[in-house]
Amino acid sequence: MPVFPDFEGPGLGWLDASGEHSEIVLSTRVRLARNVQGHAFGPRARVNDRIAVLDGITSVMPRVTHLKAAEVHEVARMEPRTRSLLLERHLASRELVGSGHREGERGTALIFSSERPVSVMVNEEDHLRLQTLMSGLRVYECWSALDSLDEELGREVPYAYHPEFGFLTSCPTNVGTGLRASVLLHLPALVLTKEIGRVLQGITQVGLTYRGLHGEGSEVVGNFFQLSNQTTLGKSEEDLVDHLDRIVRQVIQYEVQARDILVRDAAGVTEDKIWRAYGLLRYARSLSFEEMMNLLSGVRLGAALKLLPGLRVYPLNKIMIFTQPAHLEEAVGRPLPPAESDAHRAAYVRRILASEGAVSPNEGDPDGSTSPESAD
Amino acid sequence: MVCDNCGSGDAVIHLTQIVNNEMKNLHLCDACAAEKGLEGTDSGANFPLTDFLAQMGNDPGTNPAPGGTRECGFCGMGLDEFRETGRLGCPHCWTTFETHLRGLVRRFHGSTQHVGKVYLSPDPSIPEMEKRLEGLRRKLRRAVDLEDFERAAELRDEIRSLEPAGGA
Repeated sequence: MPVFPDFEGPGLGWLDASGEHSEIVLSTRVRLARNVQGHAFGPRARVNDRIAVLDGITSVMPRVTHLKAAEVHEVARMEPRTRSLLLERHLASRELVGSGHREGERGTALIFSSERPVSVMVNEEDHLRLQTLMSGLRVYECWSALDSLDEELGREVPYAYHPEFGFLTSCPTNVGTGLRASVLLHLPALVLTKEIGRVLQGITQVGLTYRGLHGEGSEVVGNFFQLSNQTTLGKSEEDLVDHLDRIVRQVIQYEVQARDILVRDAAGVTEDKIWRAYGLLRYARSLSFEEMMNLLSGVRLGAALKLLPGLRVYPLNKIMIFTQPAHLEEAVGRPLPPAESDAHRAAYVRRILASEGAVSPNEGDPDGSTSPESAD
Repeated sequence: MVCDNCGSGDAVIHLTQIVNNEMKNLHLCDACAAEKGLEGTDSGANFPLTDFLAQMGNDPGTNPAPGGTRECGFCGMGLDEFRETGRLGCPHCWTTFETHLRGLVRRFHGSTQHVGKVYLSPDPSIPEMEKRLEGLRRKLRRAVDLEDFERAAELRDEIRSLEPAGGA
């Protein structure tokens, strides 16, 4: 079965802006690293190890509630573009599908179901990376779903566990609970008010760490920051997720305060920035991904502040995913050189914004009678 | 003086170590010292003495291979390779390099004792079972507090299946 029988559909529930604080929080992810007794870990595993691990998990799937309806997609059988699509949808890591030394090797797979927000990466750095990905701030729900999957799976598959070190992992930074919970936040006001440095410094002092849009090793783009727990051992899973949830709520509070300041003390400049960003996205004929993300950040802020009335967050989330290189190529059905890619990106953005209808300035605005006209 | 390791070379490196309150002297030739990761005095900056001592000690988790390189008996990973990649080879590496890893884990996580969920071996001991039940009861209380009744029901069933017959 193809990984994406319907290009728009699978694995994108986390984009729908349905979760708590979805105007600031794009998504919440929790993952557990698990390894199976008796086999070498990912980087050192031989083909036999990898196949045994994959066979072990696929044979028990019918007995595991969360995986009953899931499908197994072996990376070796995936087209390069499919691999990139999974990466761009945040469903697989670069290590699983990427250009690493294990590319195409047998036994490496992604198990996911379009019905439930859980998936399993098989034979990545660890044998199993169980993960849940949900829209908005839902740390507890993600953990609860994952815990339930882990309990069921752990009864069927013998995990590598040590009474002192806990669940054993390939990298010592993941040992213990094997749990990494992360929340993807959009913090433009903290960046504009130059408070972001202090906030990020603060979070590192309380045992959290931050990354860019695509997790480990990625850069901060479009003012999106991914906050996650730094350590995985010495605290219970509940304490780790509670702590992250508490700190994230505090950061959201700071962002809301910074937004209030922007609206109160710099209303003219803020509004101008937001409308300029909207105007460029609405009418530009060529956009690089980075430029688009920066403009989208302003527009997203405008939508959240109701300065761009009528604009919903969901289409903006969708733009972020569907304008990445592999998604554009999939839509067009052929490889795209960068210049063409930029043109297709701009066209996609125009189409989505146009389909959202007229965005009119607030009533009472001196120039409120004019509204952007349809360009396409 | 001949080398303690190969018995033929001229010993130029003399090492004194205390193991279990007992002093041991070791005399090595250049070649054997280099093989064990010890260089002459001119490369003293990278002197991996602690590892060398751990290797020579009676650590039950270690498995000195011929030539003295410590390797995991299951996957063959050496400590040097782990240092290079930062990734362990298999679950057994955690026992093979336990001493080394305990220090590293403490530095990174601030602790070495896992306090999260307890994974039960097929034949769990009573304290193991108690610890696991304690964790499950804590989770159940939390699920009820958060009105996650579906999860609470799963946890209740799990607790019932683990509790000794006639238990609460």
